[in-house]
Amino acid sequence: MDYLRLDDRFPHILCPGCGIGTVMSAMIRAFIELKIDPNKLCVVSGIGCSSRVPGYLDCDTFHTLHGRAIPSASGVKLAKPEMEVVVMGGDGDMLAIGGNHFIHAARRNLKLTTIVVNNYNYGMTGGQFSPTTPQGARAKTAPCGNAERGFDVCELAKGAGAVFVARTTAYHVQQLKNLIKQAIQKKGFAVVEAIAQCPTLYGRMNRLGSAVKMLEAMRDGSIPVTSVKKPEDAVGKIVTGVLWNVDAPEYTEVYQGTMAKAQARQQENQK
Amino acid sequence: MKKFLKQEPEVLTTPPGHKLTIISRFCKGCEICISFCPKGVLALDSKTLKVKVLNPEKCTGCRLCELYCPDFAIFVETARRTARAAAGGV
Amino acid sequence: MELLSGNEACVQGALKAGVTFFAGYPITPSTEIAEEMAEELPRRGGLFVQMEDEIASICAMVGASASGAKSMTATSGPGYSLMQEGIGYACMAEVPCVIVNVMRGGPATGLPTRSAQADIMQARWGTHGDHPAVAIVPKNVMECFEMMALAVNVSERLRMPVSLLMDEIVAHMREIVNLPEKADVWQRPKLTTPVDNYVHFADDTNFDSALASFGEGYRIHLTGLTHRPDGFPTNDPKVIAWKMDRLARKITLNRSWLYDVVATDTKGADTVICSYGSIARSAQEARFAFMAQHPERRVGHIRLRMVWPFPQFKLVELLRGVRKLVVPEMNQGQLKHEFERAVSPDVEVVGVNRVDGEMLTPEEIMEAL
Repeated sequence: MDYLRLDDRFPHILCPGCGIGTVMSAMIRAFIELKIDPNKLCVVSGIGCSSRVPGYLDCDTFHTLHGRAIPSASGVKLAKPEMEVVVMGGDGDMLAIGGNHFIHAARRNLKLTTIVVNNYNYGMTGGQFSPTTPQGARAKTAPCGNAERGFDVCELAKGAGAVFVARTTAYHVQQLKNLIKQAIQKKGFAVVEAIAQCPTLYGRMNRLGSAVKMLEAMRDGSIPVTSVKKPEDAVGKIVTGVLWNVDAPEYTEVYQGTMAKAQARQQENQK
Repeated sequence: MKKFLKQEPEVLTTPPGHKLTIISRFCKGCEICISFCPKGVLALDSKTLKVKVLNPEKCTGCRLCELYCPDFAIFVETARRTARAAAGGV
Repeated sequence: MELLSGNEACVQGALKAGVTFFAGYPITPSTEIAEEMAEELPRRGGLFVQMEDEIASICAMVGASASGAKSMTATSGPGYSLMQEGIGYACMAEVPCVIVNVMRGGPATGLPTRSAQADIMQARWGTHGDHPAVAIVPKNVMECFEMMALAVNVSERLRMPVSLLMDEIVAHMREIVNLPEKADVWQRPKLTTPVDNYVHFADDTNFDSALASFGEGYRIHLTGLTHRPDGFPTNDPKVIAWKMDRLARKITLNRSWLYDVVATDTKGADTVICSYGSIARSAQEARFAFMAQHPERRVGHIRLRMVWPFPQFKLVELLRGVRKLVVPEMNQGQLKHEFERAVSPDVEVVGVNRVDGEMLTPEEIMEAL
């Protein structure tokens, strides 16, 4: 399969039934259908299970510090704007330690395709609660139930200024690929929240059953945004699809204008 | 791919003409493909605890198994795609 | 001829050395560097970005450098502390970059508008783990220019982060300087290895090497995890030892040129003042004034321009036969013990320390002589 660094490190380290693998597969299919040049593609991640994905891809891959995928990706995109820069990270990496960078990147509107793989816990470190873990759910650092509420990732992205916000799950594999394609083609900071099952930790601690059971729950518990006619329809459901899509000047384009202005100013001063 | 896999991956052509490739080494036995196959084509091998093809004649080439698999262990080349490729298309 | 501040000269040195990317966050007393870069870079087609915090700044800088741009950031103590993890990442992934730390009183918020030299040990061991470090300390405006260009070149050659430790006095002093038209620029060598044969961290190229950047078709993998020569993470003890040794060798294999010590009148001196940074001027004046009053004494002066790696082997040579060292520092004695190790135990080593935000005066140094 294209875009895969098939070597002695396969099969990859993700648990059996982990939804992250499905998201990875959908992302690669998006690259294939968009015919992205692997020599001009940089996939950036932080630390966590989702963040191990870029290491398996055959393109420039940048595995950075916990929470810092977005600023590192910003550096790459600014220095090499012709490259396609995709960021992949989990709910902990992107929204806890990386939360500040997430909201500022949305505000800055630099063209970065950001895939937030949300499995409702910190998987890599053993299943502690994350900023998206629902209140009352069990986790290793919340054995009696999470006392905190979880973010609505898409509302957060939208509130911070992201121009494209979409959500789907690892059950909706076709939509996953299509939303990633749309996000890559969007000129600005585009966020796709991909809900994925963590059967080994979050699922087990909360008695959600096997990977198959968790996927079926995603199927039964979601509703396309186009079917939501009144707010009550969405209560307790995962709303999927493109939730927000607007246009705003992309950062590198605005910066081109800044450069032109600076040069004009210099010429004025020299006169 | 072939040069690093020690053996050829198992390729089975189903009666309708779809080519199913299973890389057993990658399969982790999660059973997602088995459960979501609409036609019951796949099953878990009780000895290896990995996926195997049970009812190849029922395969419609929908490729859901390939799309769902988290581990890149199963691939489907549909009869239509094979024909297109032979005719010089993509 | 122009009247420039240390910060402004630092910017000019960076630009002449080929820096095209600056990511930073304002912090006194380094803010002028960011502001000057915001003026200069866009008009030269370079990239200036003010990030949301220092951690974002160092990560953006590393990303840009890994993509082929010569990059820098500028901060002060509190920001330098925040950047430590990122500095460690640049060490591990072998990405060149320069971090300018305009030192001020600390710890924590400390003295934003007053000088200190208290981040010397932090520049060596600030980030966790075993790692090499290079830190350069200018003493005046002209050196801010020269040492900044040197820092860029060293970081590019060795493919590691280099800290330029200015202090608030040097950063804000203004002097008339004649900046040269050009500076020495070390260019990254062109990569000729075919893609299929390319191994990013091949053993014999841990410095002066041609390493691929993102976007050049080599499809490299950079990670902060301890890794194999091809860049992918490893748990194999032999490979881990190889990588850790490779990092250390960036210093040990380059000792022949990786030092910068200015020695004046050390031959036959009975006492030598060992200084670095802005207080070198007080040291010079103390020396002359003292010898004028005490003609029987011979006082030499050693000034370190590169503080890390500590040039012990050079100092052992230069300080042979010296009976007393005086180490003036605007901290509580961070480099004093390093100097002690360069001389035999019977040599008297006296520290002259000042940490109240005021500059060390020649009189205070003379008292110790």
